[in-house]
Amino acid sequence: MTTKPKISRAELAEQFRAFIDPDFVITDNETMKPYECDGMSMYCEMPMLVVLPETAEQVQRIMRICNEHEVPVVARGAGTGLSAGAMPHKEGVVLSLAKFNRILDIDPLARTARLQPGVRNLAISEEVDQFGLYYGPDPSSQIACTIGGNVAENSGGVHCLKYGLTVHNILSVEMITAEGERVTIGSDALDVCGMDLLALMTGSEGLLGIVTEVKVKLLPKPEVAQVVMAGFDSIQKAGDAVGGIISHGIIPGGLEMMDGHAIIAADDFAQAGYPREAKALLLCEVDGTEEEVHEHIAQAEALFRELGATSVKTSQSEQERALLWKGRKSAFPAVGRISPDYYCMDGTIPRRHLAHVLLEMEKMSEEFGLRVANVFHAGDGNLHPLILFDANVPGEFESTEAFGGRILDLCVEVGGCITGEHGVGVEKIRQMAVQFNDEELQQFHDVKAAFDPAGILNPGKGVPALRFCQEYRSLEHKQHKHDTVEAAHG
Amino acid sequence: MGDISQTLKEQILQAGKSGQKLNIEGGGTKAFMGRAADTDAGTLKLGEHTGIVEYHPVELIMTARAGTPLAEIEATLAEEGQCLHFEPPRFGEGSTLGGTLACNVSGPARPWSGSVRDQVLGIRLLNGKGEHLRFGGQVMKNVAGYDTSRLQAGAMGTLGAITEISLKVMPKPAMSLTLVQDMALDDVIHYINSRAKEPKPITGAAWVDGKVYLRLAGARSAVEATAEKWSGDVTEQGDAFWQQLQHMQHDFFAGDEPLWRFSVGSTAGNPELDGPWLIDWAGSQRWYRGEADITRMETMAQRAGGQVSLFRGGDRTDEVMHNQPRALKELQSRLKKSFDPDGIFNPGRLYSWL
Repeated sequence: MTTKPKISRAELAEQFRAFIDPDFVITDNETMKPYECDGMSMYCEMPMLVVLPETAEQVQRIMRICNEHEVPVVARGAGTGLSAGAMPHKEGVVLSLAKFNRILDIDPLARTARLQPGVRNLAISEEVDQFGLYYGPDPSSQIACTIGGNVAENSGGVHCLKYGLTVHNILSVEMITAEGERVTIGSDALDVCGMDLLALMTGSEGLLGIVTEVKVKLLPKPEVAQVVMAGFDSIQKAGDAVGGIISHGIIPGGLEMMDGHAIIAADDFAQAGYPREAKALLLCEVDGTEEEVHEHIAQAEALFRELGATSVKTSQSEQERALLWKGRKSAFPAVGRISPDYYCMDGTIPRRHLAHVLLEMEKMSEEFGLRVANVFHAGDGNLHPLILFDANVPGEFESTEAFGGRILDLCVEVGGCITGEHGVGVEKIRQMAVQFNDEELQQFHDVKAAFDPAGILNPGKGVPALRFCQEYRSLEHKQHKHDTVEAAHG
Repeated sequence: MGDISQTLKEQILQAGKSGQKLNIEGGGTKAFMGRAADTDAGTLKLGEHTGIVEYHPVELIMTARAGTPLAEIEATLAEEGQCLHFEPPRFGEGSTLGGTLACNVSGPARPWSGSVRDQVLGIRLLNGKGEHLRFGGQVMKNVAGYDTSRLQAGAMGTLGAITEISLKVMPKPAMSLTLVQDMALDDVIHYINSRAKEPKPITGAAWVDGKVYLRLAGARSAVEATAEKWSGDVTEQGDAFWQQLQHMQHDFFAGDEPLWRFSVGSTAGNPELDGPWLIDWAGSQRWYRGEADITRMETMAQRAGGQVSLFRGGDRTDEVMHNQPRALKELQSRLKKSFDPDGIFNPGRLYSWL
């Protein structure tokens, strides 16, 4: 990892200004301010300098200079990330890819698009709609988030059980390495010879390279999509219904669950007509040809009733379908209305442990005195507990963080992982020590060193230094021991 | 039989001490792939590291030891109406799950159902230091740490010995049906890509011997309605055809003539090479039989947006995989070193320089 850079801000800026429009080499605090955090605004830092290149050659030169002087580089897309992965390094450069915003090429017959990394996720689907195509992964932030950021985080969305994550939907990336080499990983084909470097790059959180171009696969737009909404009087029953659908051989385009708190908050916000008395709500979207959707919707409705749904409703128009999703998609801001602040977690669990995990979470909620609402990508086991807190109450954010940490530990304990789609960034770096042992973490560090020998790309994120892990694990251990003792006395 | 990871670990540690190299072998059915194995090296036998560790049909997830035969895995899945929908080829009864991932081989459904790499959720791996590492997990979404699980796809064991794999499994389609019609090679690329662009339940598109085959699979109503709309005759031999393609038992693959695999852009014009061709994966995977110079083949593959490898036969002491640019060679050499610092595993199997 880098220590103090070997070059001053003024010298670095001067070197950059030799080949980049001086207006886009930013060194004054006021203009740099918007870059101090990403979507995870609790973690802030001012960078040494912000630079906005517009060509891959410029990125290459920036990287060469930074590598030579061992200056940390944090790549940034739209800054919508939720794990502080794009939080600046105080002695480093923020490399914004905002000017790389062009769709370079669309090939409707091959069903591919070549994009600059700053193209917004939703803009891809909007642009290729005229050809009856769309881009699969649809993270909730898709209006704003960019494809480069999606590659860095391996973003999913509500449709990924059926259509996969970013890693399943890209063909190649062009990237600039830490040492300033320009390489293409992948090709127009479905695979290339050798190790799968494209998979390794996807989700690497800006620690292995700077992506300057992405080629994505496009999918034919399904003829029809319909949503069945089912209310249940217990989480357990809703969980069983998810299993029921899947064992029936139906792979829904989207399958989402909300708990009672989330249902009410979302319904207040979106007036989606959700069953407000339900303890759990399922939204099950089936897409495909008209015949297929018709067949599967009828099966899903019958199955939900059989498995104890207290209400079942199917969208009869595109408008109705959009309304049912609106509630789910606005669950975060909806929860934001009932609490001054909220903290969104991102663990994943094997679905069979859902009821247990939610019950444990309720207990923790009482213990910490903080409310929690749950939205859940039920199809793929990705849990988004929203912890409600008030940052103006001293100590409340710290207890929220501790509560969040405990939830992630629980996810790992039942065989899940600490982050499904938001990334580790700064936020979850301590919990990496729970999910991985030192040998595994060391292997990650060695992989990083293979790409970035000087350790300048997004240092301090993603993979924790081993010395901190031992501390965290022993703290955890003490904490658990404490709990056990208390339980024994209780 | 069962869990022999401790024995494997000791063998690796021993090799590290004595400077021995190790060829990793599962069922031994893919020995023809890659460059010729180092004859001075010992063998690390994964074929006895077998068994399905966990299977949760409702969660669509299975975990199995790397040496588990595909036959056993697929039979277990079939009992629950599920399958490996990347349709892994079996080159013999012994073909294993681990070998399938290491060689990244998938069948005709690949463009629609994904490859073996796409379905992998996590692995355990013994690296060159004899450390038994666990990456990924049993959940569909997992971005904690680098994706070193999928990195193994195509690495051919050069980074370590995969010991366990968790992967996503899928329900078997309710029904499938195959349409066949005559078509010239010049027309077929455009035709199959146009079909693949439609939102229909297509899961196979191949061309051989002047005939194009399209497979429809999914809900009965959707399959039947699409077959009604599209041209081509329904063939009773459909299932047999796709299986021959999947396991490379089709007549096209018979004989000793070198077999070249072009992995290219689906719409690219076919390389101008006289001789027999078989086109699969809706144009993305194209097979050619015949003697040829790899450098010349590489130029053609690159022009078609992809790469070429000498899949079987020919001179296997020379390079058999598409040449890598200098920067990617460097990256892969360093990665190899990070997993296997003493260069124990499969020396020279993927590339002479690895």
